[in-house]
Amino acid sequence: MTLDLALRHRFPTGRTLDLAVSAPLPGIVGLFGPSGAGKSTLVAALCGLFRPDWSEIRVDGRVLSGPGIWLPPERRRIGMVFQDSRLFPHLSVAANLRYGARRARGVPAGGLPGFDEVVALLGLQALLTRRTRALSGGERQRVAIGRALLSRPLLLAMDEPLSGLDAARRAEILPYLARLRDRLRLPILYVTHALDEAMRLCDTLALIEDGRCTGCGPIAAILAGAGMAGRADAQALLDGRVTAHDPQRGLSRVEAGGFALLVPLCAQAVGSAMRLGVPAREVILLAGESPPPVTSAQNVLPARVREIRPLDGAGLASVVLEPDGEGAGPVILARITADSVQRLGLRPGVGVLALVKSVSIMVPGRGGA
Amino acid sequence: MKLLEPDQWVAVWLTLRVGAIAVCGALPVALLLAWLLARPRLPGRPLLDAAVHLPMVLPPVVTGWLLLLLFGVQGPLGALLWRLFHARLVFTTAGAALATAVMTLPLMVRTIRLSLEAIDPGLLQAAAGLGAGGLDRFVTVTLPLAAPGVLAAAAIGYAASLGEFGAVITFAANIPGRTQTLPLAIYSALQEPGGEAVAARLAGVSLLLALGGLMVSELLLRRLRW
Repeated sequence: MTLDLALRHRFPTGRTLDLAVSAPLPGIVGLFGPSGAGKSTLVAALCGLFRPDWSEIRVDGRVLSGPGIWLPPERRRIGMVFQDSRLFPHLSVAANLRYGARRARGVPAGGLPGFDEVVALLGLQALLTRRTRALSGGERQRVAIGRALLSRPLLLAMDEPLSGLDAARRAEILPYLARLRDRLRLPILYVTHALDEAMRLCDTLALIEDGRCTGCGPIAAILAGAGMAGRADAQALLDGRVTAHDPQRGLSRVEAGGFALLVPLCAQAVGSAMRLGVPAREVILLAGESPPPVTSAQNVLPARVREIRPLDGAGLASVVLEPDGEGAGPVILARITADSVQRLGLRPGVGVLALVKSVSIMVPGRGGA
Repeated sequence: MKLLEPDQWVAVWLTLRVGAIAVCGALPVALLLAWLLARPRLPGRPLLDAAVHLPMVLPPVVTGWLLLLLFGVQGPLGALLWRLFHARLVFTTAGAALATAVMTLPLMVRTIRLSLEAIDPGLLQAAAGLGAGGLDRFVTVTLPLAAPGVLAAAAIGYAASLGEFGAVITFAANIPGRTQTLPLAIYSALQEPGGEAVAARLAGVSLLLALGGLMVSELLLRRLRW
């Protein structure tokens, strides 16, 4: 199962789009990039709301647009969630939710939840009889997501669903989205310019810049790749598992690939999956094999330099580290000065110790990640 | 003291009837025209826009005369109606209603169009994404959201229709009981020596009706905003 999006378009202003994104489904495919890069245009083309000069769009082999084919939006079965929620003001919350459901009666449910289940999943029970005018921004988005889900879509397309909300409201909705991902096998295309949202939710990430796709692949590989290295908030993503809790020390142990990390005590059960973000500029490197001096950093990770990427013009470098003794696997990044690279004599293959403070690690539900 | 004589009540009743027929007939047409004019990419939109607004800027007598040319017994549409239905509009109540409808149409189109243009196109996109086709979207999203504007247009159109004079007298003439509406009755009263008292009373009724219509339309616009 794959999602294939390709389009070319030239706007009257002379701006051109030439985008191709391909991702395995199910899973959450993130479109990540600055505002105006072409992400929303790509989603609009997927939904049939914008017709580019040329496009080939397939969801799980079903051709939505291609040579001589252009399905209208109402026949695409793409559930849309917009930044501005777009609830019908003349209908109650319940009627909004049922709008798509009533028009999808002939469609097989395909494992998607029914009305009561969606209401429970998104916590909408108390809102059902309300008018949409009276809802808060976060409530509106939950209703919009529920409405899209109930139309039995093949794919959910979410265009910056959280960017109109303040931090508190975003933190309120993110867990609902994570629940959708974990409970349903519904593919989701998720447009965002917020790195923390992408890190929390996405399996595949496509980087969209200036009308081009500059990278597309598993999110950990894209975040560790050259396309993201220049960002001040670059971080490595580790998909791991909780292996132990130590309530006395207030720490939990998470293992990801060859890395074992201690993070602040978390609520997740031992054995459950956990995704961590390790910000590159928080990682300290020690040269040599000698044991480190006593340090407050909980994590002293033996690692080997895989690659050093000079960051142009900034006098900085991004060092890609793999676990000592393991080959291709998850990596962490260290953003250090070019001078430090010189002083430590770093080059590919050299062993180092990477110091990572537990509190600097991004854990779901904490620190925004 | 009686407010009005029986034959004056006939004029009042006729006015209300002509207005009702005119509004009922003009409303669907106004809705269609407003919907067409609200589409920014409609080819020939400026031309259609101008045509719809013509009765507003032309002298009403000219509008009545143009209707006479079109719908008169010799006119192309009038002859067709005669041949198909043996129906005649000139000098009839239906004719008075037609002239009134044409005169109030621009006002109704404007009111409806404003409410259509106020609808967020994003809502229609959302409806399409939820599986609603074009007609479905129109009925379940566009119409309900424009409903206050449509009702207000009907009320304003009705209030305005009660005062139509020039086009009606030119096209349908001034026949008591058939085409003599309130304004025409007032005009006739003023033509007769000593008719001022009658004219004043008719004018009072006319004023009350117009005020009532305006208030209803204002209430509708205020109350029914989504």
